[in-house]
Amino acid sequence: MPPQHSTVRVRVHPLGDTAVLAELGTKLDTALNTRAIALAAALKKRRDVRQAVAGHASVTVHFDPDQITHQALAAAINRLATKRPPLDEPGRLHRIPVVYDGPDLYAVALQLGLSTHQVIELHGRPIYRVFLVGFVPGWAYLGPLPDELALPRRPVPRTQVPAGSVAIAGHQTGIYPLVSPGGWHLIGRTSVKLFLPDSDPPSLFRAGDRVKFFSVGE
Amino acid sequence: MTEVFRVIRPGLLTTIQDIGRPQAVASGVPPGGAMDRFAHTAANLIVGNDRGAATLECTLSGPHLVAEGPRLVAIAGADFQPLVNGAAAPMWTGFFLSAGDQLTFGGRRAGARAYIAVAGGIVADRWLGSMSTNLMCARGGMNGRALVAGDVVSAGEPSGPLVAGRSLADGLQPRYADRILHAIPGPHFTRLHVESREALLGSTFTVSHDSNRMGYRLEGPPLEAPGDELLSFGLVAGVVQVPAGGQPILLMADHQTAGGYPMVLTVASASIPVAAQLAPGDEVRFAETPIDEALRMRAAQRDVLDLLIS
Repeated sequence: MPPQHSTVRVRVHPLGDTAVLAELGTKLDTALNTRAIALAAALKKRRDVRQAVAGHASVTVHFDPDQITHQALAAAINRLATKRPPLDEPGRLHRIPVVYDGPDLYAVALQLGLSTHQVIELHGRPIYRVFLVGFVPGWAYLGPLPDELALPRRPVPRTQVPAGSVAIAGHQTGIYPLVSPGGWHLIGRTSVKLFLPDSDPPSLFRAGDRVKFFSVGE
Repeated sequence: MTEVFRVIRPGLLTTIQDIGRPQAVASGVPPGGAMDRFAHTAANLIVGNDRGAATLECTLSGPHLVAEGPRLVAIAGADFQPLVNGAAAPMWTGFFLSAGDQLTFGGRRAGARAYIAVAGGIVADRWLGSMSTNLMCARGGMNGRALVAGDVVSAGEPSGPLVAGRSLADGLQPRYADRILHAIPGPHFTRLHVESREALLGSTFTVSHDSNRMGYRLEGPPLEAPGDELLSFGLVAGVVQVPAGGQPILLMADHQTAGGYPMVLTVASASIPVAAQLAPGDEVRFAETPIDEALRMRAAQRDVLDLLIS
């Protein structure tokens, strides 16, 4: 049996000479994500760290190599990561109205062996966690999606997905904040604006927030 | 704030850039900022500005500007053959423009991005802590867009004495023409097949025409980095990602903030200016470099820039 603390050991990989990727795990997992967000917050307070952004189960850290070496930073990251993570305070809850009439809704139901009604009901059931905000401005990776809805991405991504599209892929769901290319299955749409360029921060969702979808008519 | 330039022709893509908004990545907003921070910083220091003051970043061709009043300016980075009233103007050197002087460019001789700094620093729309233009979000800089004919560019008041002739010696300028990017193996380098590792570090890649401030698609031998789909993580400029198709992408200043493609290399910070000066069609190679060596190159670049501070 390896000692208990080895399970929380963080793998720190260099990302060039001024950044590292601190990997806490490789699974889509709420507890890992909570630890990643807490680690990013703790790292941001350090004077030798310029920026720390949590991923699903990792933290990307920009640091000042004049103040700390890669090795010393890796040791500091492991020290911080072994501290008891703060209690996962429930993030802000966003209730998002969705018109479930996406162009892929029928095909998704067919592929999953469900009715469209069941897809809608299953998608609206959980309270999702915002794992991270990123990719394009305001985009948030939400999950975990019920197992019954898990599907691989579309083999050929769309070159243009309309803003407000509600989509699923793998064990995650999300809302396209801007017109952009995208490979997820489009099951609905919402009028809620996720990218708020004139607010600071400019994203409605923040990592750790919670999201509940509910079905509405036109 | 004073009007310094009137834009007669904007050039292919001229935007206002400073050192970006790194804190905005938590909202999915690209960090942005000048692609070639060395040239941007050098031009600023030559005219007595702070390193982070806003400049004009001119892509592949230069603008035609008319000076609205007397100003100390400097041009650094790509050589587009700057001209003042038709006569060759120096690069990497401070010089004065008088009201009515015409600043034009003869054409691209080398590099991809030239920076025009003005004493006092360019002043424009500030968004999320930076004046850098973000074209996708249409925010920052000149109303969130590239310059167009008829725009008027303004600058702040210079803080110190104005000294013309401050200059960066030829030998101290970055060796853009080498087109070698020093790089450090990334977290997913070992996902690459052995042949793909050799191809990545031993082949010449061509910068695709589908390249911009977000990133460069690199054409060359396709790379194979098989394995399970990765969870998304935060990205940094300089990362070389390998998407499913096997054509690597080098992330630049306006890169997407998170993604899940394997990160096989990260370009050393001292080589990012070289990357920033690559134009579509240019050939480039990666050279595996130890972190210590990358840090030495970084320190050497900073020492050169420090020579410009009086």
